[in-house]
Amino acid sequence: MAEPLLTMSGISKAYGPVRVLENVDLSLSAGEVRCLAGENGSGKSTLIKILSGVVAADGGTVTIAGRRLGNDARAAIDAGLSVIYQDFSLFPNLTVAENIAFLRFVAQGRRWNNIAEQRRLAGDVLARMSVDIDPRVLVETLPVASKQLIAIARALANDARIIVMDEPTTALTRNEVTRLAGIVAALKDDGVAFLFVSHKTEEVFSFCDTITVLRDGHVVAAGAVGDFDADRLGREMTGRSIAHERIARADAPPQPVFLETRGLTRRGDYADISLELRPGEIVSILGLLGSGRTELAQTLFGMVAADSGEIRIGGEPVAFAHSSEAVEAGIGYVPEDRLTEGLFLDQPIGDNITVASLEQSASGGLLDRRSLAERARRAVERLRIRTPGIEPPVATLSGGNQQRVVLARWMERSPALMILNGPTVGVDIGSKREIHELLVGLNRSGTALLVVTDDIGEALALSDRILVMVNGRITAAFDPRTADEDTLYAAVTTGGDR
Amino acid sequence: MSRLVALIASPRSVVFLTAVVFALVIGALNPNFLSVATLIDLLRNSLVTGIFALGVMMVLASGGIDVSFTAVGVFAMYATVSLVLGLDLPMPVVGFFVIAALIGAGLGILNGLLIGVLGLPTLIVTLGTLSFFRGALLTFVGTTYISNVPRNVIAFARTNIVRLENAVGQLVSLPLAFVVLAGVAVVVALMMNVTQFGRKIYAIGGSEEGARRIGIDVGWVKLRIYVIAGGIAGLAGMTHFTLSRMANPFDLVGSELDVIAAVVLGGARITGGHGSVSGALLGALVITMINTSLLSAGVPSYWQKVVVGVLILVGTGLPIAIERFRSQRARLARPA
Ligand SMILES: Nc1ncnc2c1ncn2[C@@H]1O[C@H](COP(=O)(O)OP(=O)(O)OP(=O)(O)O)[C@@H](O)[C@H]1O
Ligand SMILES: [Mg+2]
Repeated sequence: MAEPLLTMSGISKAYGPVRVLENVDLSLSAGEVRCLAGENGSGKSTLIKILSGVVAADGGTVTIAGRRLGNDARAAIDAGLSVIYQDFSLFPNLTVAENIAFLRFVAQGRRWNNIAEQRRLAGDVLARMSVDIDPRVLVETLPVASKQLIAIARALANDARIIVMDEPTTALTRNEVTRLAGIVAALKDDGVAFLFVSHKTEEVFSFCDTITVLRDGHVVAAGAVGDFDADRLGREMTGRSIAHERIARADAPPQPVFLETRGLTRRGDYADISLELRPGEIVSILGLLGSGRTELAQTLFGMVAADSGEIRIGGEPVAFAHSSEAVEAGIGYVPEDRLTEGLFLDQPIGDNITVASLEQSASGGLLDRRSLAERARRAVERLRIRTPGIEPPVATLSGGNQQRVVLARWMERSPALMILNGPTVGVDIGSKREIHELLVGLNRSGTALLVVTDDIGEALALSDRILVMVNGRITAAFDPRTADEDTLYAAVTTGGDR
Repeated sequence: MSRLVALIASPRSVVFLTAVVFALVIGALNPNFLSVATLIDLLRNSLVTGIFALGVMMVLASGGIDVSFTAVGVFAMYATVSLVLGLDLPMPVVGFFVIAALIGAGLGILNGLLIGVLGLPTLIVTLGTLSFFRGALLTFVGTTYISNVPRNVIAFARTNIVRLENAVGQLVSLPLAFVVLAGVAVVVALMMNVTQFGRKIYAIGGSEEGARRIGIDVGWVKLRIYVIAGGIAGLAGMTHFTLSRMANPFDLVGSELDVIAAVVLGGARITGGHGSVSGALLGALVITMINTSLLSAGVPSYWQKVVVGVLILVGTGLPIAIERFRSQRARLARPA
């Protein structure tokens, strides 16, 4: 290949005593799509932030098209770099159009604001992506998936030469991912280079030409995508082989039903949902984004009301007016959008873990700080949260490690029923397996788990039963011991996307 | 029906409608209230609050909060007057405003450096400078009333755009100083909506980290915000001087919360990212109306606080309730 468009060489970075990146080299040529792979906390996002000039490196150089860049976001944008950040980094208070156009206007050093041009630009980009979002609405009113699409649109709007995508597909449907792949392919032909981060193995292989693997801040492997297969990728990332098969377990002894719903219906979201869940059982609701799976989960947790139908807990009908009543009844809920719904980002990791279970460390109305810290430390260890301690704020953790903090919080409560909405979105394959094993272990102690997911591998590895949800209805039930991926894929996607 | 719902679904219109209803109620109690004269009187009384509110709106939109602006205003006003009288310069009225704006902007630089360059929290900084500017004024500049106002300023103060007699025979007038408010309003409105600088203010208020990541020089934008807000506060101080025809170094400080309440009533959010010129002006009018008209209608003055409080709660709460109701309706309208 020709002279690389982007060269990063000898990049090092430490946060205090924690060495996040060490002597990392990476290059990207025009028209190349490179995957940056690595476990949670291996330094991918940090490397991207150094590239985009948002974070200063301790050592090393970044060169784009022969020009050295320093720690300057503006210079990086001027050199033709656009980044889709893991947390989107949008302006909730501005319209879709302004969000999409802002980067470009700043890059052009404009003095005047032109709303008509904003609309036109946003309209064009959204049309190119075949996305139907009204450019005039405020971003804060939109669901996560739309926000992710807008973050992508903003990067595309700036006619960038290098586009960095830090986990751009976590909230997207299959159709949207396919369309994104189409756009990437078209731009590649125009000579745009991509750096692509994803924990979804099949995406890595369908999007990328080359792979760089980071482990603990070091490049441990790099090469053409043809040199890798899923197993090798997993091995390079984690240093060990990752199993995929269903986690072995003893059958739970039969117990009376804990949660039961009959004919649960919420117009426009889901209809006629009847299911049963026993202690010690893991049931997956396998459905795509927009299938009503999240609304169903929220209903069971008292966050949104059903229009009709019945929920019973331990045989008694219940009607939760508020999620606190569900918590009282022994239910825990790990939300889909953890970054905004679940975490206190600026608060210490320890407090985030113990905040939902303070009463376990309280006596006579006073909190026992030592016991809180002790429990937090144990949770960090058990969930292998990658952090120097429990004091730093959650915001300093990598995306995947933040997910574990939310899981830890609910595990501390040892609920009778735990509802997990996408428990391993954004979690690397090695940790995914670990979290699955932890969940199965938790479950053997008698907790019932309801897992809401679109990850077929996850449903197969984790569940005792799989219920497929399409367009708000449960359309099929499978036994994961006998079901295979293809059958499940067909069942989930019949009836179309959304 | 749905138009009406859409209308009251924003805080600004809720406040506006409540203000109208409120005026009608007062009008029912006191038939003289509903008149052009009252409106003019209201405008006159809200000039200073209105100018201050425009500066505060900019700061709130950027996600900050400023409580030092009254001290900046009174400092700029009093220092300008003492300076001009002390040097015995022949100074046109415009000169007074220019000097006050420059002094205000100069004081704003201090806020701007501490906030924009050192990155300190805005509330802490402006609480500190509120006390510092006021203390410095009383310590180093002076503590006495200045009432020998130059003749041209008096002439300016006496020039009215409109002048009317109200129902009970009192004269009400809208002084020329109204053009200061109008001018600042137009400039700020253009700045916030037409220039990239203004849009960057909203962007920073929406997500500071996000703004940094798309290459906005956040510190520099903030520095300029506080300098401009300081200049606006200087103009407000000088307007106050021409209206009261005396320079009192003990004035203005203490009215911060009224102004901030006005801006919040006008739809700005303490959390940043929202706020508009029309909202800030509306808020200033409503606050002034409550503060003055309740008195004139014979309502005990502590009711003013209750009314302002209720208005803030309703103005911010009702739109949220309406939004919930609407999304519920939208869901039920979807096919199952
Ligand atoms: N501001 C910060 N202060 C301290 N430590 C930080 C900070 N930002 C990141 N880190 C640490 O740097 C390491 C690498 O984080 P990074 O976000 O780059 O990981 P990642 O590879 O993107 O992981 P993920 O797949 O979970 O997103 C983590 O251990 C994280 O805790
Ligand atoms: Mg990351």
